[in-house]
Amino acid sequence: MIIANNVSKQFGKLKALDNVSVQCNKGECIALIGPNGSGKTTLIKSILGMVVPDSGFITFNGNNILHHWQYRTHIGYMPQIGRYPDNMSIGQVLEMMKDIRSTSTQLDEDLIKRFDLEHMLHKRMRTLSGGTRQKVSASLAFLFNPDVLILDEPTAGLDPVASEILKEKIIEEKKKGKLVMITSHILSELDDLVTHIIYMQDGKLRFHQSIDELRKHTGEEKLSKAIANVMTK
Amino acid sequence: MKIFITILALLSLLSSGHASTIRVGKNLPFKTITEALQKAKEYDTILVEEGLYHEKNLIIDKSITLKGIHHPVLDGEHKYQIISIKANNVTVDGFTLQYSAVSSITDYAGIKIYNAHNVSILNNVLTDTFFGIYSQYGTNCLIQNNKLTAHNTQEQQSGNGIHCWKSDSMRIIGNTVTGHRDGIYFEFVTNSIIWRNQSYKNLRYGLHFMFSHNDAYIANVFEHNGSGVSVMFSHGVKMFHNLFKENWGDAAYGILLKEISDSYIEGNYFERNTSGIFMEGASRITMLKNTFRNNGWGLKIQASCLDITLKNNNFIGNTFDVGTNGSLVLNTFVNNFWDKYEGYDLNKDKIGDVPYRPVSMYSMVVEKNPPSMILFRSFFTSLMDKSEKVIPSLTPENLKDDHPLMKPLPL
Amino acid sequence: MKKIFKYVITDILRNKTVLAYTVFLLAISFSLFSLEDNATKGLLSLLNIILIIVPLVSIIFSTIYVYNSSEFIELLVSQPLKRKTIWLSLFAGLSSSLCIAFFIGAGIPVLIYEPTVTGFMMISVGLLLSIIFVAIAMLATVITRDKAKGIGVGILLWLYFSLLFDGLVLFILFQFADYPLEKIMIGISALNPIDLGRILILLKMDISALMGYTGAVFRDFFGTHAGLITAFVTLIIWAGVPAWLSLRKFNRKDL
Repeated sequence: MIIANNVSKQFGKLKALDNVSVQCNKGECIALIGPNGSGKTTLIKSILGMVVPDSGFITFNGNNILHHWQYRTHIGYMPQIGRYPDNMSIGQVLEMMKDIRSTSTQLDEDLIKRFDLEHMLHKRMRTLSGGTRQKVSASLAFLFNPDVLILDEPTAGLDPVASEILKEKIIEEKKKGKLVMITSHILSELDDLVTHIIYMQDGKLRFHQSIDELRKHTGEEKLSKAIANVMTK
Repeated sequence: MKIFITILALLSLLSSGHASTIRVGKNLPFKTITEALQKAKEYDTILVEEGLYHEKNLIIDKSITLKGIHHPVLDGEHKYQIISIKANNVTVDGFTLQYSAVSSITDYAGIKIYNAHNVSILNNVLTDTFFGIYSQYGTNCLIQNNKLTAHNTQEQQSGNGIHCWKSDSMRIIGNTVTGHRDGIYFEFVTNSIIWRNQSYKNLRYGLHFMFSHNDAYIANVFEHNGSGVSVMFSHGVKMFHNLFKENWGDAAYGILLKEISDSYIEGNYFERNTSGIFMEGASRITMLKNTFRNNGWGLKIQASCLDITLKNNNFIGNTFDVGTNGSLVLNTFVNNFWDKYEGYDLNKDKIGDVPYRPVSMYSMVVEKNPPSMILFRSFFTSLMDKSEKVIPSLTPENLKDDHPLMKPLPL
Repeated sequence: MKKIFKYVITDILRNKTVLAYTVFLLAISFSLFSLEDNATKGLLSLLNIILIIVPLVSIIFSTIYVYNSSEFIELLVSQPLKRKTIWLSLFAGLSSSLCIAFFIGAGIPVLIYEPTVTGFMMISVGLLLSIIFVAIAMLATVITRDKAKGIGVGILLWLYFSLLFDGLVLFILFQFADYPLEKIMIGISALNPIDLGRILILLKMDISALMGYTGAVFRDFFGTHAGLITAFVTLIIWAGVPAWLSLRKFNRKDL
């Protein structure tokens, strides 16, 4: 579904992406992991078209994303730090997004209900706590029932209850056969979610394996241990 | 004024004394003025009834009074000078003259005075004459309440309204001149007065004045003339209470003063002229109680001028109050009101405590380099002027009013 | 396009700065017109405001606004929207809100006190300058990533167009005083939208007579229909080219 082909990106002296090639398919739930500054967010932003690669290309359903901006209708994106116009209220942001995308597909307002955002629609974005912003971001990512979900550090800043709600939602969506990409530091959270692992370091793709392979390979049941095992090798 | 009344009285005495009256009209024995003139004796009066007369060139060579009733029309048919006066003590009163000949060799006029004295030209209406009223070696003549209108568009093909050449003791009073080359033209005319005339929309100058000494012009209105008023090469000129207005154009002035000396300019009003007064080579001129309002330059005073005294004048709303081209200043500015003055008056004597420098830095820059006018009213030039006010460097050190007034004079 | 434009403009119009700018212009224009004894003088004083304040406010406000809405822009970019649409909506939103502010603040007083050709010329130059400096601001923001640096660049650009350029022109005029520069000056004035706008207004104010031969040369050029159209096209190019360059840059910008 999404194919990155020899993608490189350099910010000044820093090589954020170094010849990265990945292929992500429907029904997969991919964990994108790696140390800070390893290029995870850059890869995600490249897929979203927010960062334009220096070389290489990315295709979505066979189309080069550089020329087909419409592919983003199929993506729900939850940024690491959700940033919204300060002057708008939650309700206005939601309305605006609905207005801008004006899709005919069934809206998925499940998360809005579960996060109890309905009672604070009038609140201005600037008054919100980090956690609430994350809830808004998550709700927006799922709102349009997209085929692909890209979640950048989704549980950071969320309280355990909300975190659990989100995880349940991810599992539900995965079952519907959607492609989910998650970056996270907290590996233990990913255990019962992911089917594949992409491990990045210094802008390079270290490995891209299914979790079963990884477990077999390392002989570790827990994801965190398996990764640690790989990293120490 | 007194002289003028006495002369009028004398004239009327003379004409009514032993003279007879001849009438001219369509249904009268004399059908044309020419016939009547032949029969007329000295000091007779010819009364002309209403109607259109083709007299070709009417030559008056006897001292007679020619009077029109309800403005009979004398037509020059674009071929003739209409009236030529070649005798003394002639009066032409109350005619309409139209369509004189136009020539580039001869100065045809509506009425021309040849070497005569005590001629009166009163209450006539002149329409589309080449020159209007022309005096050549005239002495002690009165030109009063005439209305001269032409519709010229080109300077070369048009003559002057009231044109006096080598004349003396002329009185030009209450005339209205428009559409001519120069409204009133004086060359070698002495001891004369121009009073209460209106000269507007003439192609070149409202008043053109050369080599004419000891004349006065008082309470005239000069408006919308191509180049305003020009007074040149004369001394002893008095200009009182005239209005110079709307003489606006690239080379237009309220007054252009060139080589003028020993003259007085008092109580005049200069409004919306490109330059209120432009002075060149002028000396010993006293300017009192004039008002300069909304002109481009209030006063342009070239370095060739000396002993000019400006006192008690109002400068209000001019773009530049004073412009000059040199750094040497031999003129005196004192007790004038300048609306751009930003000084203070601590002792409340209504006189500012710091001098005012009417020449702005930018006006000096423009004088040196005319194309820099394209920076007119830009932020840069206003900053330049402000900084020059604080530390003068380019503007002439002596050109200043040490005792500027805090309030405008009631003029 | 229309939708995003709508959100941008409602956001800006709710901004207190724009409101303050409108009120400021309104207060200045009305006081100028009522203080001066004739309307033409009021117009002249207003000219300075238009040539200094309008570009300054347009460039600074737009720079700050674009930096402050980087979140919003980021959010939009991740949505199925063309970057071109986003950027042009932002440009259109900024320029139209500043134009509205200018029109209410200065245009309406001018129309009330001086509904002449000069007044109309002043309004159109003011509107065009607003748009031009929004475009320049957008180019400045898209080139510099850092907010403080971007605002600095904005102020410098304003300083250049309103002050330094004229100083440079004066320098050239004195250096080449022996050459007939009048015609060349027409070309040079096209290099600075503020100068071009100023000259257009001055020529309409019939102050051109003061400008002597230079004024005559300018009037001969800008007085004709072709000249006037050239001038306005130049001003539009001044808005269009920076906007287009910024768009090109934004299309390839990493967020």
